[in-house]
Amino acid sequence: MSLDRDTVADIARLARINVADGELDSLAGELSQILNWVEQLNSVDTKGVEPLVGVGTAMAPLRQDVVNDGGQADAVVSNAPDAVGPYFGVPKVIE
Amino acid sequence: MSALSDLLRLDIASARKGLADKQFTARELTEAYLAAADDARALNGFITETPDQALADADAADARLLAGNATAMTGMPIAQKDLFCTEGIRTTAASKILGDFTPPYESTVSGKLKADGAVLLGKANLDEFAMGSANITSAFGPVTNPWTPEGAAAPLTPGGSSGGSAALVAAGAAIAATGTDTGGSIRQPAALCGVVGLKPTYGRCSRWGVVAFASSLDQPGPITRSVRDAAIMLGSMAGHDPKDSTSASAAPVDFEAALAGGVKSMRVGVPREYRADGMPAEIDALWQEGIEMAKAAGAEIVDVSLPMTKMALPAYYIVALAEASSNLARYDGVRYCAREDGNDLTEMYSNTRGTGFGEEVRRRILIGTYVLSAGYYDAYYKQAQKVRTLIANDFNAAFNDVDVLLTPTTPSAAFAAGDVDDPVAMYMNDIFTVPASMAGLPGMSVPAGLSAEGLPLGLQIIGKPFDEASVLQMGQAIEDAAGFDKTPRLLAGAKS
Amino acid sequence: MSTIEGQDGAWEMVIGLETHAQVASKAKLFSSASAAFGGAPNDHVAFLDAGMPGMLPVINQRCVEAAVLSGFGMNSTINLKSIFDRKNYFYPDLPLGYQISQFSDPIVSGGWLDIELEGGETKRIGVTRLHLEQDAGKSIHDQDPYRTLVDLNRAGVGLMEIVSEPDIGSAEEAAAYVTKLRAILRYLGVCDGNMEEGSLRCDVNLSMRRPGDELGTRCEIKNVNSIRFIREAIEFEARRQVEVLEDGGAIVQETRLFDPDRGETRSMRSKEESHDYRYFPDPDLPPLVLEQSYVDELRAGMPELPDAKKTRFVTELGLTSYDADVLTADRDNALYFEAAADGRDAKTVANWVTGEVFGRLNKNDVSINTAPVPAAELGALVDMIKSGKISGRQAKEAFEAMWAEGKPAQTVVDELGLSQISDDSAIEALVDQVMQANMDKVEEYRGGKPKLIGFFVGQVMKASKGQANPASVNAMLKAKLDG
Repeated sequence: MSLDRDTVADIARLARINVADGELDSLAGELSQILNWVEQLNSVDTKGVEPLVGVGTAMAPLRQDVVNDGGQADAVVSNAPDAVGPYFGVPKVIE
Repeated sequence: MSALSDLLRLDIASARKGLADKQFTARELTEAYLAAADDARALNGFITETPDQALADADAADARLLAGNATAMTGMPIAQKDLFCTEGIRTTAASKILGDFTPPYESTVSGKLKADGAVLLGKANLDEFAMGSANITSAFGPVTNPWTPEGAAAPLTPGGSSGGSAALVAAGAAIAATGTDTGGSIRQPAALCGVVGLKPTYGRCSRWGVVAFASSLDQPGPITRSVRDAAIMLGSMAGHDPKDSTSASAAPVDFEAALAGGVKSMRVGVPREYRADGMPAEIDALWQEGIEMAKAAGAEIVDVSLPMTKMALPAYYIVALAEASSNLARYDGVRYCAREDGNDLTEMYSNTRGTGFGEEVRRRILIGTYVLSAGYYDAYYKQAQKVRTLIANDFNAAFNDVDVLLTPTTPSAAFAAGDVDDPVAMYMNDIFTVPASMAGLPGMSVPAGLSAEGLPLGLQIIGKPFDEASVLQMGQAIEDAAGFDKTPRLLAGAKS
Repeated sequence: MSTIEGQDGAWEMVIGLETHAQVASKAKLFSSASAAFGGAPNDHVAFLDAGMPGMLPVINQRCVEAAVLSGFGMNSTINLKSIFDRKNYFYPDLPLGYQISQFSDPIVSGGWLDIELEGGETKRIGVTRLHLEQDAGKSIHDQDPYRTLVDLNRAGVGLMEIVSEPDIGSAEEAAAYVTKLRAILRYLGVCDGNMEEGSLRCDVNLSMRRPGDELGTRCEIKNVNSIRFIREAIEFEARRQVEVLEDGGAIVQETRLFDPDRGETRSMRSKEESHDYRYFPDPDLPPLVLEQSYVDELRAGMPELPDAKKTRFVTELGLTSYDADVLTADRDNALYFEAAADGRDAKTVANWVTGEVFGRLNKNDVSINTAPVPAAELGALVDMIKSGKISGRQAKEAFEAMWAEGKPAQTVVDELGLSQISDDSAIEALVDQVMQANMDKVEEYRGGKPKLIGFFVGQVMKASKGQANPASVNAMLKAKLDG
């Protein structure tokens, strides 16, 4: 699979990572190289094989419906780059 | 060698004895490490040093020793990989994007070590978000391998991602350190720095409070100066955590006591597929020596086959990068992070993430995003998870016949950062460690010899799920037989 | 399926509903912060809910139970193994950068529920699936001129998304479906059904076609939060689509928003960007595996559901189908009725509940659980009528006072001095007294004016200060006057 610069730009948009125009070609080359390398996996016959979900035989534990967390708004916003009182501030979103 | 630097050469087991016998106090031990901090700084092993915390911890440890309720870790000056969230102490994941993130919580594993009385010297450098095999992707600069020869053109890398942890332990700048291993991030740097690195079974140590790289692979573990230390430290770090749904409810094990078990008549598998693809002669030779050591210790050598070995690395990169692309979505500049403004929300996101993540992390997020995207999921992610099932099946079949597997840890000794310039070649560093990661198995690297250039090389022992005991026993046998007692050139406290 | 008339022939509506029902749990789906509505900003937030590094999800058992019970309530299959997936997208109210949901392997699949239509007909609506997922936080756009503010109290609250088959053919059917679904969830105690607080909200998928044609292109109307709005949104959207189609246009598949103030739907351009959610199993959560015995236990503990209750009210209590419907539409109403009717004449009690009680609930806008007349006191009042202690008219007077003052029936009857004279000798004395005082009228009656009986009854009742049993008075007067 060889990625072109437009595809890289699409992926970057989807991942919300700003990629400068000048970087697109070299990035397309690097990503293509990696994808070409991982594509050797297609040679493995996996007919009838279940994908691994969860390592080992673990199953999800369930917890009791008890409230013993929260009540820490100060700590929750303590690292916020733009805390507005107890809220997180972000650039205005127009619905 | 002065008394001070003597203290810096002790492993946990000897320091424990020294503290118990009142040969020195925890404060003296800690002060010795703090006095050597300049040497450690030359390696760039720490991102954040916490000397005040260390002294306070040391005094608390002395009080505990006096009161008679010390544990094996009490008073041990350690480094925490800066991927473990530490309450009130900046945690960076070696990324610019986290800014001055100061967690209001303590990770389960670092909390357990703290509760057992370990002394925190600081937060160890690593590859950004644990993504790398050379500790060169850190936003806080690369770490120098203390084995870098005199007059080398460029410093050698300590491996990665737990490069800071391994370098500090090797250089005598921390008695031990925590690491995390996703595809080899404990074992590979341990091998390249000549120390012991143990990746426990997936689920043995809690991931709660550890900055995530790839959730189905990440596993905390110890990096230490001896196999016994690894057993001691794992004992403190391990245990079921109800806050981590992937944490195993396996019964607690006294790993140190298990060491006494020995390896007599233990069946050791040697996977033939590991020899493929032009393994360097000195690595092959080391492996043969390891096999002889195991034999001499009374173990039985069995040839085994793991047919999917070659596919483990590409499958690993798909799974790990897909998970990483999702795990790192939370670094968006809203609730924490160094935000880069933009004209609107989307621009703010893209600028924050475009600027905050380094080159390798961005590359990995983009690949991970792509392999999960519509139309490609089945071909990439699902196929990789199916291959992963086959890899696990391979191991299961092999473990029907053997107790542990013995392989080299890395395909080469430490290298200089500039020597490997394309991403895929760099990924090859993990070729021997990744298969066990994919199957969630415990693996340990034990230093076993030197390369032609005088650089350390490690052997890897892989065990059955939750059978760290056998891994440690075989590790002890290799350690005893190899008698690896070389020290790196850059040694903390050597000048004093 | 009902049709609507366009300019040139009939059109058929095809509607499927995605209902989001908030699980009535104390804590959130994956964290132990409170799931309660409201709260100071970011107060109901665990570090997981704020997407802090290294925080991990653990499933709330109560939410799993709610999903299983709801599955039984909708005649569905409970999947003993289900998987939580990540739905990846960026939004400020989505702190992890993904929503934990269930995509390929939901906890509940298939099923149906019967809805009641006008004229007593029922229609079966298929249920595709039910899955568990996290709610998002709240973005506040109007509190700061330059910024959107984010409150994560809702983030991570457990939701059940219930997807219907496109079996719904009109606004009425949609309303009946939501009403029925809400009733079932409330009976099961798994969702409070409060649509104003957003505990229950619907996405409406609607397309139009000529009868017999293939399915048309659909639009999705997001987050409609009352049954009235669901009706209005569907009616508006159906007409809009017909107009577009009859003008020769094509329907654009899109997400639309219902504006209750204008009674119309409009395109949500901000959501138009094509989404690629990159679903994959959440590696932080192993598969959710349920033991058959656990599921069986939950089933055994299920309360009676509205359909079964209604049938029982008709067949065992002899209520009309209409009354049974009204009484079982809401669980709390039904429980009130059952408590009041316990050991009493069900029809009498049903009349009181559907008449006096429901009338006042509606008028005063209170819920049955806070009604000033508890079920036991309504029962006590009905007992007094039955024993003849008070008359029906007196009972209504007493009920009025009980509702206003919140006092027990006995207290009110005593305070008002209400009591009915049923004692024959006492009534006979009053009858004699009235006849003697009105001998002229007695003559007129006996001379052929039987209508005067009403006058005598009135006089006797007056003499008894309204406390005589009117039936006894009537009988006694007839006997004496005719005798």
